[in-house]
Amino acid sequence: MIEIIDVHKSFGPHRVLRGVNLTIERGMTTTIIGRSGEGKSVLLKIIIGLFKPDSGVVRIDGDDITKYRRERIITLRRRFGFLFQSAALFDSMTVDENVGLGLREHNVYPENKVREIVRQKLEAVGLEGVEDKKPADLSGGMRKRVGLARAIAMDPEFVLYDEPTTGLDPIMADAINDLIIEMKNRLKLTSVAVTHDMTSAYKISDRIAMLYDGRIIFTGAPQELKSSDSEVVQQFIHGRAIGPITA
Amino acid sequence: MLIIFSIIKRRSANFIAQVGELSILVWRLFKALPLMMKNPHLTSEQMLQMGVNSLPLILLTSIFTGAVSAVQAAYQFQGFVPMRYLGTTVGKAVIIELGPVLTALVVAGRVGASIAAELGTMKVTEQIDALETMALDPVRYLVVPRFFAGITMLPVLTIFADCVAIIGGLIVAVLAVNISPTTFLNGVKLFFNMQDLWGGLAKSLVFGAIISIIGCYQGFRTTGGAEGVGLSTTRAVVLSSILILLSDYVVASIFFG
Repeated sequence: MIEIIDVHKSFGPHRVLRGVNLTIERGMTTTIIGRSGEGKSVLLKIIIGLFKPDSGVVRIDGDDITKYRRERIITLRRRFGFLFQSAALFDSMTVDENVGLGLREHNVYPENKVREIVRQKLEAVGLEGVEDKKPADLSGGMRKRVGLARAIAMDPEFVLYDEPTTGLDPIMADAINDLIIEMKNRLKLTSVAVTHDMTSAYKISDRIAMLYDGRIIFTGAPQELKSSDSEVVQQFIHGRAIGPITA
Repeated sequence: MLIIFSIIKRRSANFIAQVGELSILVWRLFKALPLMMKNPHLTSEQMLQMGVNSLPLILLTSIFTGAVSAVQAAYQFQGFVPMRYLGTTVGKAVIIELGPVLTALVVAGRVGASIAAELGTMKVTEQIDALETMALDPVRYLVVPRFFAGITMLPVLTIFADCVAIIGGLIVAVLAVNISPTTFLNGVKLFFNMQDLWGGLAKSLVFGAIISIIGCYQGFRTTGGAEGVGLSTTRAVVLSSILILLSDYVVASIFFG
């Protein structure tokens, strides 16, 4: 379980998070929705220790990670997978090297076993025979799939998805949504996704949290979100330009 | 007046913050240095890039450096100093100063810029964050190989540069000044002192460290997109060049002061 308690984060004079409280249950997919620039990605990066909050507590299975030293944070990250918005594949490496990097660097398995795992993970995301290609030779959707294979390569307990469907065509976006659901069911993952794509949020989420004005203003199941009486929530989920949220 | 004071305050705070960040990077670099042999291929790739691939440009620069030194020295010697000392002047100038400094400035432009651009692009496309999320230390993975390549390849390049510059001087001495190759080379050997060579190589080692660390530092602190990468690249070359000239004076004072 991940507990985020009264987390604040500023960048210079810009106060991004102003007291975020959120609980992410084991084995569930929790999606954080909100406008661009609200600090959704910042929150994800705080969970994995890439950013340190200015104040507040982030507990993972009861342990406050904001008090961890750098070495302990690095060890903790081995329990996580992270899918970046742009996939963030290393462009100097092949697909095989990208997906197998963590396994090779942490000496988890011998080389032939690593190659086998890489093949299996690529197969799990619907890719075959691309091991020797460079990321530049792949389409946006394929890069995202390779990023997903890399995120699950070390068999993590938690997977964090940063805008998993942004920049993809609707069909490819739906295929990625299906993959996220399949991964969760098959690998019993605890997932946190951030997105502003409501189709994706409704499809993949067990719970949805809405971040607005630096705070979580709603948490609940997708159906509860749809029937929320908050004007802010209704304006956002229906994508209306007129309402309490100004452009 | 108040505006000037606030600008000075802001710039000083910024400068102190940057010195702090740079010191932390150097500390993490030295902590990660013993793990270098975990990824020997990364180091050899950087040595190839920084050393072998820079060689043609270094050789071209050096041959002209030596030739120009010989022409200028011969011009100033006319009627005052015997031409048999031409080799001495060219040799000393090249080994102590011109070889290490010009090699470093060329490498700062060629490799320092490319390190900052590559790491800067990795930073803005979240590839460095990706390394962190995979529990891999970007300093060990990216900085250590470049640093080791810098401190080993710069002295090697400098040795090549010294030799080729002396050959450049020799060509000018024979063709334009009309002294024999033996006279020129005897001049080089006449006051040759091993300390000159060690001093020059010590300089190049320091320059190699500066180029790699500043390139990596500027790459890591890149923000924004293509504009940010461009800015980091420029800053890396400018800052490396300034620090090369500054440390040239410091190392020269230690060895020859």
